[in-house]
Amino acid sequence: MASLVLHAVLVVGLVAMVGPFVWMLLSSVKPEGEIRLVPTTWWPHHPTLDNYRDLFARLNFPTYFLNSAIVAGLITLGNLMFCSAVGYALAKLRFPGRRALFGLVLGSVMVPGMVTFVPLFVLVANMGLTNTYAGLVLPFLAWALGAFLMRQFMLSIPDELIESARVDGAGELRIFLRIVLPLCRPALAALGILSFLTFWNSFLWPLVVATTEDKYTLPVALALFSVGQNQTKFGLLLAGSVVVVLPVLIVFLLLQRHFVRGIATTGLK
Amino acid sequence: MTAAASDASTRRGRGVPRLRRVLVGWGFALPFTVLFLVFMAGPVIASLLMSFTDIRSADLRNPLGVNLVGIQNYSRLFHDELFIKSAVNTAIFVLAGVPLTMVCGLAAALGLNAGLTRFRSLFRVGYYLPVVTSIVAIAVVWRFLLQPDSGLLNSLLRLVGVHGPNWLYDTRLALPSLIVMAAWRNLGYQMVIFLAGLQAIPQELYEAARIDGATSWQQLRYVTLPALRPTLLFVGVIATIGYLQFFEEPLVMTQGGPLNSTLSVSYHIYNQFGFGNYGYASAMSYVLFLSIVLMSILWFRLLRSDEGR
Repeated sequence: MASLVLHAVLVVGLVAMVGPFVWMLLSSVKPEGEIRLVPTTWWPHHPTLDNYRDLFARLNFPTYFLNSAIVAGLITLGNLMFCSAVGYALAKLRFPGRRALFGLVLGSVMVPGMVTFVPLFVLVANMGLTNTYAGLVLPFLAWALGAFLMRQFMLSIPDELIESARVDGAGELRIFLRIVLPLCRPALAALGILSFLTFWNSFLWPLVVATTEDKYTLPVALALFSVGQNQTKFGLLLAGSVVVVLPVLIVFLLLQRHFVRGIATTGLK
Repeated sequence: MTAAASDASTRRGRGVPRLRRVLVGWGFALPFTVLFLVFMAGPVIASLLMSFTDIRSADLRNPLGVNLVGIQNYSRLFHDELFIKSAVNTAIFVLAGVPLTMVCGLAAALGLNAGLTRFRSLFRVGYYLPVVTSIVAIAVVWRFLLQPDSGLLNSLLRLVGVHGPNWLYDTRLALPSLIVMAAWRNLGYQMVIFLAGLQAIPQELYEAARIDGATSWQQLRYVTLPALRPTLLFVGVIATIGYLQFFEEPLVMTQGGPLNSTLSVSYHIYNQFGFGNYGYASAMSYVLFLSIVLMSILWFRLLRSDEGR
């Protein structure tokens, strides 16, 4: 009996968590009038792709989508390179300044984006990089959380492996590329997914730096859309939300195993 | 053993010692470090410096030609009614939102841990979905769910004969609505962390408690919660840091209204930045930063000091 109640509560919880997504998907293929029906309906009676057609043909959503993919993709690539290199140095190499660097990286995980964005904007504006991909990407290539994740994972690689390669005369870069990185595949997968999801969704910085429509990312476009002149076009807004959410959901559902491992490694999102 | 071995080998390799280690170490660390100093550490310091100047958007091209104004930006905060309002809103958001999220996250973790064996991963993924989703998209969808007439929530309430209010346009209900939404979005993350913590508790502790005749409530109170203390600390700190910065929710759902009842500190900073008041925005962002540090310290005190008992 107690277990029946428990299961019922868990199922109700699951419905409450997933329900809004289901409603969003179903309503995005309804015509405008059907979304506003009172009381709300779940199943679309006259399913239509008009909302999506509007987004992609009449509005600039192909551009926003491409911008999001380019920005999140470039940041992810950069993180995979820079974070794994610095993670290796922090975990496995002895050099002066290592402790200070690690302290700095760890301390900055707590710094909110709100603290840095004003001076960052002044800096990027003076570099002439406002409203460019470089301006959108550069500030996040050195991601402290990613460096921390890679370092934690690399600590578990046995020193003997690296030592014996060194004794065999392998160069440092070769050791890193041929021995260390292949062992880090699970961590690289976790970092890649984590980084892509985070920066696909990131909002404040693209909102500040992308000043014209051709550089908007999806979340920026959707947010400005939802408070601007289109705020009464329910169908467009819901379809737009689906376009923002769906790629992330697919990545997450396909790769959630790696993802959960990544959370377990850092203890952080 | 490992450390000793590697020490010995570096001592053996005296021919290529310190300089080589410096070059190799910094060779790997430098690209990250340069980017990090320029785009992270630099701005943290610059933000502090800017908060003591009168820098505005007109000074954008000449940021060094501004005047020092001492603590004027900070003293201005106390006379800024909007800042005070936003600080109160943010405090409410944190003080109500963090415990609510933690209770929900822990309850979900305890439920999954106790009840489910076969479908556990399905439930875990379902509860986790909102965490990976763009907060902007979630805010847009929730705006629809909370519509007074056609909204899903009020439609459900109507089924049980309750006439639901206009959630986002009522000064008393708008902020609580955002708090519930934040708990809904973040509880899945906490649940995953709590599950990991729960699974690390040795089963013998529960067996011993049962032999002593402890009820399941007593087991939760005297075995589970004390064992989860590090997890509670971690989850509490992360949630507090996140909630102190809430921004996208009011921007998309209420634009800070009605009557500034959902204006957050972050939103106020963003608006001041938009007006070109860079120095003032920096001062506010540093106050926010400071409160994040203080709240984190408070969490450590709260859960660490109990350990001696």
